[in-house]
Amino acid sequence: MKFHNGDEPPVRRPRAQVISKRFDRIFMELANIASFVGRFFREVFLPPYEFKEIIRQCFEIGVKSLPLISLTGFIIGIVFMNQSRPSLAEFGATSWLPSLVSIAIVRALAPLVTALIGAGRIGSMIGAELGSMKVTEQIEAMEVSATNPFKFLVVSRILATTFMIPALMMYTSLLALLGAFLNVNANEGTSFTTYFTQVFDAITFLDIFSSVTKSALFGFTIGVVGCYKGYHSSKGTEGVGKAANSSVVTAMFLVFIEELLSLQVITALRAL
Amino acid sequence: MKETQPVIDRSNCVINIRGLEKSFGDLDVLRGVDLDLYKGENLVVLGKSGTGKSVLIKIISGLLKPDAGTVNVLGQEVPKLKGRTLDQLRLKIGFSFQNSALYDSMTIRKNLEFPLVRNRRDMTRAEVDRMVEIVLDAVGLSQTINQMPSELSGGQRKRIGIARTLILQPEIMLYDEPTAGLDPITCIDINNLINEVQARFHTSSIIITHDLTCAKTVGDRVVMLLDGQFQRQGTFEEVFRTDDERVKLFHDYNFID
Repeated sequence: MKFHNGDEPPVRRPRAQVISKRFDRIFMELANIASFVGRFFREVFLPPYEFKEIIRQCFEIGVKSLPLISLTGFIIGIVFMNQSRPSLAEFGATSWLPSLVSIAIVRALAPLVTALIGAGRIGSMIGAELGSMKVTEQIEAMEVSATNPFKFLVVSRILATTFMIPALMMYTSLLALLGAFLNVNANEGTSFTTYFTQVFDAITFLDIFSSVTKSALFGFTIGVVGCYKGYHSSKGTEGVGKAANSSVVTAMFLVFIEELLSLQVITALRAL
Repeated sequence: MKETQPVIDRSNCVINIRGLEKSFGDLDVLRGVDLDLYKGENLVVLGKSGTGKSVLIKIISGLLKPDAGTVNVLGQEVPKLKGRTLDQLRLKIGFSFQNSALYDSMTIRKNLEFPLVRNRRDMTRAEVDRMVEIVLDAVGLSQTINQMPSELSGGQRKRIGIARTLILQPEIMLYDEPTAGLDPITCIDINNLINEVQARFHTSSIIITHDLTCAKTVGDRVVMLLDGQFQRQGTFEEVFRTDDERVKLFHDYNFID
């Protein structure tokens, strides 16, 4: 069969071949990310150590995220307390509100919300910054001036996100608990001492340890994804936009997967 | 034209390339390139866009690996170098990028200091500041020291890019399209700067361009890259004294008589 202009119709590739090619691409990407992570672990222990740049990145990533994190954490505390009250009130158990809120915030909400905000703000920032450096040859300029760009740009950023996301998570927890306190104080008249005594009675060392550990994992993931996407971006300004966008989407997706997996591990640890 | 005739030592070859080949997928970019650069010489590589001129200097600086051939720079085989030995060689090679490649997040001072503070850790703060002043003065942009790259014009960015490479006092300069995207007056300034750098810092340079005014002004020798090989070689006049239609077209398009 031919089109009316005499052209042959395009040959459709078999479905199996199309799917196989897609899988090939996914596995190639995974292999590249694994090699990127491998290079990170090789370079992180080798001198020279970029302490100044790590501290600068900690400031950019950590300190500059504080306004957004503060607002989000505080509001989450108020909203969660408000939404939990009616259910507990039905059983006359509003005195359990501080314990319920503290467990929910410390174990799940604070790590996840901080990581999602981090993926949005920090992941896109890293992806766009490295992407634009790549397309404007700044990374090559660094290389020809005898500076290892991977160590200077990538290692420092991944370390900064790995350190800063747990720190931001603890800050979020504190502000969320404070927001929840204001709500419970206004409605039930619970005192500061009573509230925080209940809060700290409800959580264990394992809760805090697991939250810090998984936040570090989330931070590492956000750093690796942002750096990988930015460092390998191409096609000019379009590539920069794509790097920023795909950093956020991929990091958020991985954070949810890691949250699910870590939940299984922590539940198993609790059962021991 | 040059104000002072350069001193070229034809017995001292700083870059020696033989049989260089490079492909990207099915595209053969360089197909057996031979090249010699002598000490003190400005060598212009002419050619259309996409003919592999930039690839050539990226191979020389070790940013790309060749598929075949030898690339000897200052007595060292570049493709075989790794890590610190490659970095040591790179300190002797200045690379001026087509888009200047200034670090957007740093001031001009920080941009210029960057190669120095990372590679000359023995230098004091005062010595670093002095070097920054010297190279900024050499490119005539001392007043921009505390500005950000985004505040500069295209020509100023090119000059700062050249200053950043000069700060390490390289023996070899590689210029990638130094006049691309600039107005004619700024092009003249950049051409004069390239000649000044040659005279003042005694560098040997490869200038990649498709701008014939630049080639005529700065080149002691000109080579023309066509179909992945150097087809013509000599002074500017010698290169264009030919019946080869491709070369004549290149000349006529640039100089409308």
